[in-house]
Amino acid sequence: MARRKAAGIQSTRVLEITSRAVAAVFGGYAMAALVASAFARWLPVARVEAVITGMLSSFAVYATVVILAFAMRSATRVWLWLAAFGLPLAGALAWSMHGSAA
Amino acid sequence: MNGVNGGLRQSMAWLHTWAGLLVGWLLLAIFATGTSAYFQDEITRWMQPEITGQRQITLASERALDWLQKNQPGADSWSITLPGPRAIASTVYWKPAGETRRSLRDHTITLDGNGEPVVSRATIGGFFLYRMHFDLHYMPVLWARWIVGFCAMFMLVAIISGVITHKKIFADFFTLRFGKGQRSWLDAHNLSAVLALPFHAMITFTGLVTLQSLYMPWGMTVAYPTVAAYSADAYGSEAPPVRSGNAAPVAPIAEMIRQARAAWGGAEPGYIDIAFPGDANGIVRMFRGGGDGMAARAKTLQFDAATGHMHPVPAAKGAASETESVMVGLHAGRYAPYLLRWLYFLCSLAGTVMVATGLILWTAKRRVQLPDPERPHIGFRLVERLNIASVAGLPLAFACHFLANRLLPLRMDGRPDWEVHAFFIAWGGSLVLACLLSPRRGWLALLAASTAAFAAIPVVDALTTDRWLVPSLLHGDWVFAGFDLTMIALAGALGFATWKVYKRPTVVVRRKRAATREVSA
Repeated sequence: MARRKAAGIQSTRVLEITSRAVAAVFGGYAMAALVASAFARWLPVARVEAVITGMLSSFAVYATVVILAFAMRSATRVWLWLAAFGLPLAGALAWSMHGSAA
Repeated sequence: MNGVNGGLRQSMAWLHTWAGLLVGWLLLAIFATGTSAYFQDEITRWMQPEITGQRQITLASERALDWLQKNQPGADSWSITLPGPRAIASTVYWKPAGETRRSLRDHTITLDGNGEPVVSRATIGGFFLYRMHFDLHYMPVLWARWIVGFCAMFMLVAIISGVITHKKIFADFFTLRFGKGQRSWLDAHNLSAVLALPFHAMITFTGLVTLQSLYMPWGMTVAYPTVAAYSADAYGSEAPPVRSGNAAPVAPIAEMIRQARAAWGGAEPGYIDIAFPGDANGIVRMFRGGGDGMAARAKTLQFDAATGHMHPVPAAKGAASETESVMVGLHAGRYAPYLLRWLYFLCSLAGTVMVATGLILWTAKRRVQLPDPERPHIGFRLVERLNIASVAGLPLAFACHFLANRLLPLRMDGRPDWEVHAFFIAWGGSLVLACLLSPRRGWLALLAASTAAFAAIPVVDALTTDRWLVPSLLHGDWVFAGFDLTMIALAGALGFATWKVYKRPTVVVRRKRAATREVSA
């Protein structure tokens, strides 16, 4: 009984860590890519400069997300924060791309 | 804030441990090859003992073009890689009409310091260690660069989480306790990490920046219709020339080099490339060498090959482009004079030691907590064996690479490839040995073999060339003398490590409490 409970705690922990790791590696990359794109699109400097500023900043964004993914209270919270920042940004980018194409 | 493993510090310690361990072995190879690449030119010179003379940019360019004019008049392109401030030889390439870029590798000659074609031993030179640092080997370059980038990102995370983990970062500057087992490994890890911390942070971040357009292309794709459009904007590439069919000899190159120097404030060209030489529409492109300024991204000038007329100088770069260029320059350190270069080398060596001690610390910390230290679980055994193969086997691989340069038959087919194979045969052999022997014997055998191999290099050098240590010292040839002395120093350091392992008691009896006392790392 106690063993089964320990195994249950163990697998919850594995799930929790996996979820954080996926959020860190893939969510972190996605956030970095979104921020890089946002800089490239909206920074009011020459286009090349905006693109390069975005690329340069992206690695700091990535590292920050990874650190936070393991520092936050729960994996769910990490995903919620990622969604809260990422989805509006992705939406705005998509809208701006469509807008300029029309 | 509660993270993955309790409080913030505990969570960051956890992250630091696992991020470091997962990529540690590859990171060690990346750090070690990168460290050696700061002396890439010197390694190349040592590996080509036949090449003598001085660095003479203009003379070498003229002689190269004379040779190409005589031997490859109808080629689509000629190019010359000129020696940097610490090199002597130039490399000449040509692309015969209608062939692909790939053939450049087969169409090459080397010129010595006087611009004379030389028959040197075929060698990969310092180039292998430099390329291994970010392109690995035996795999497509693109995969390798993504793998290395992944490792670099882990490294960046390990640095940040490692710093957060620390309570007393200042005290670590002054703490190194010998002979205290796990505590000593922690001290050594902290010392090598904290002493050169700004370097480690800089080198990891700028390393990512060197390949940022590969890793983070999304900004280019949202701001430009195509990546080519971005490149044209970023690097100002002019449209490629078209062959006219009218013959016109290449104008004097010395005059073009003079104009380039004037435009670059005295800096020398590092690479010259001529499209359609001998055609009236031919174009000479001249790339600034890396040794004359911190910014790394090549400053390019174009000339009409037939007249030597210089095209307008490209506009100065913006702040972000210049920042990127300087970051890449900081990473590669091509601008660094010798004193700074040695500092680069030592900091980078500290980084290598940091990774190695971090890996060893993982096992040192867990060994005392094992239920039965005589029979550790599979994960522990795996880490331990990989540690032995990478920490003690990698030096052996380096030494065998250098020994292969001196010992392989001079007229061997695929000689440069075999110099590289020697590196991996030694490294792979180390892994096999580490798996077969008990850990203690594995450490001893590989450390002793590495010591012997590095000690053998100056001896083999003396037996196979006349540019060994003593004549080099007498002639003040510091590249050759410095190489052999560095090998002796490495043999000394590895010999010391061998002796320390040999003296270490075989049975470790320690109270469990002593092990759990330390929270950090």
